[in-house]
Amino acid sequence: MSAAFNIDLTDAESFPSRRNEAWKYSDLKRWLREAPQPSPTAAVGAPGPFYDLGGDAIVFANGRAVGVTDFIASGEQTLRLRYISDAVGTGHSAGARVAVRAGAKLLLLETHEGAGSAYVAHNTLELDVAAGAEVTRVVLVEEPEDAISVSEAHVKVEAGGVYRQTIIATGAKLQRIETRLSHFAQGAHVQADGLYLLNGSRHTDLTSVVRHMEHDGTTSQLIKGVARDTARGVFQGKIVVERGADGTDARMGHHALIASERAEIDAKPELIIYADDVQCAHGNTVGTLDESALFYMEQRGIPAEEARALLTQAFLIEVIDRIEHEGAREVAREWLTARL
Amino acid sequence: MLKINNLHVSVGDKPILKGLTLDVPAGEVHAIMGPNGAGKSTLGYALSGRPGYEATEGSVEWAGEDLLALEPAERAAKGVFLSFQYPIEIPGVPALTFVRTALNAQKRARGEEEVAAPAFLKLVREASKALKMDFDMLKRPLNVGFSGGEKKRMEILQMALLEPSLLILDETDSGLDIDALRIVSEGVNALRRPDRAMLVITHYQRLLDYIKPDRVHVLAGGRIVASGGPELALQLEAEGYDKYLPPVLEGAA
Repeated sequence: MSAAFNIDLTDAESFPSRRNEAWKYSDLKRWLREAPQPSPTAAVGAPGPFYDLGGDAIVFANGRAVGVTDFIASGEQTLRLRYISDAVGTGHSAGARVAVRAGAKLLLLETHEGAGSAYVAHNTLELDVAAGAEVTRVVLVEEPEDAISVSEAHVKVEAGGVYRQTIIATGAKLQRIETRLSHFAQGAHVQADGLYLLNGSRHTDLTSVVRHMEHDGTTSQLIKGVARDTARGVFQGKIVVERGADGTDARMGHHALIASERAEIDAKPELIIYADDVQCAHGNTVGTLDESALFYMEQRGIPAEEARALLTQAFLIEVIDRIEHEGAREVAREWLTARL
Repeated sequence: MLKINNLHVSVGDKPILKGLTLDVPAGEVHAIMGPNGAGKSTLGYALSGRPGYEATEGSVEWAGEDLLALEPAERAAKGVFLSFQYPIEIPGVPALTFVRTALNAQKRARGEEEVAAPAFLKLVREASKALKMDFDMLKRPLNVGFSGGEKKRMEILQMALLEPSLLILDETDSGLDIDALRIVSEGVNALRRPDRAMLVITHYQRLLDYIKPDRVHVLAGGRIVASGGPELALQLEAEGYDKYLPPVLEGAA
């Protein structure tokens, strides 16, 4: 596997700024002028949100691996991938590699568990999905409001492979969660979903690049988000259909709610198509909570705050409902509900 | 008892209600009839506290409370229920969840004990049966994909479960065929009680064949311009609202 991660926390020269088109809305350089001091060791405290679903685990605490960093899945397995940050004003990087053998089935439960304050975290994942393998990846990201984090996943899906991911983010001072995904061979199926729920001055950036390199692949993407207060949500979704990737079916949707006049949503959907026989569609909407629905709910006795939370949940829950694995879906649902 | 005194309500800068005075004693059903644009729906929204409907003058007293000082949800907990002319669709919130959330929010506000799920389901099963509603429909998001008749039945079902003491029915007959009208009216009539007041807002007399009012009031130009017994509705049906409309000036172009 070739590493394609360019950010190096020990080298400030490697931090992208808004001059780089792909980082236009998430100017890392602005918030991070110098390389942070390395984080000290940290303890692994609580068992993490997905503990009850069992399986194997890859755990990083302030970038240091507690055990293995690589995992090869065969048969039917569950892997919990935990990036734990507990630092104050320092930085750390962690990298995991996961390969899923042909025909295997993996439930990948990833959590970014942040404590402390003002830390900088850079997490990377390389994930290979072999022919006919099936992966469900669910990512819960919770970090302090003054943390900075960049997470990158490079995913390669081989012939007939199935890859589904759902990222659930609540933002930080600057939070970027990037997925670079290749339909490396024919007939792969990809679902690349996500949602964000942002309060205060939090920022999150869900960026994805999905490349269809061979024919008959499908991609379905549904991203939903809510920005309150002065928060800022960014969605950059690019789907590239390369020459010869005929029969591609790609659908992208991003729908967001702005819950305050000072909140901001930046969306940049891109479809780049070099093949002829393809079906591609994208939809992008940004709106506000339906005032007549709010009044209707209040008229029936539901206080305004509760009505807003209920409508927000109803808006976002569609993404959760698409999580294939029931156990993971219910954990995600409770996790989200607790944060509304 | 509902006491509305000299109520003025504006929407934006536009005055809609201009000194409306009306008393509805508990146990009575009063019909509000009037031409289009008279302010009928505004009255319903003003009583229930819809944002944007600003009371600029006058007072509304309900069961001894200054209704205008309360938030919409507080008014609901005090027993105010507005049945919408066009009930709102709420995608993503199942009807059952919605009604239970509303019921328990009202009970919390009144300091009563909440209703647990099994007891609630039992109540809903009984109430939906009386309204000839398919119970499975209640598992779907509220009003989404419901027909006009189903939405109105859903409103009546909510009334039956929330047990309000002041019912305001805004054009409940609109969009209903004759069978649905009968079922909905029977549902409303079943809710008549000595401690409940009802305000039935309607353009047509038809609904009053099914829901018999004690009093009929004509709302025109933002005020009550005539009041009478049920025979007033029949008279309006025969003669129309013309004589209550502002006179057209002779010779005006």
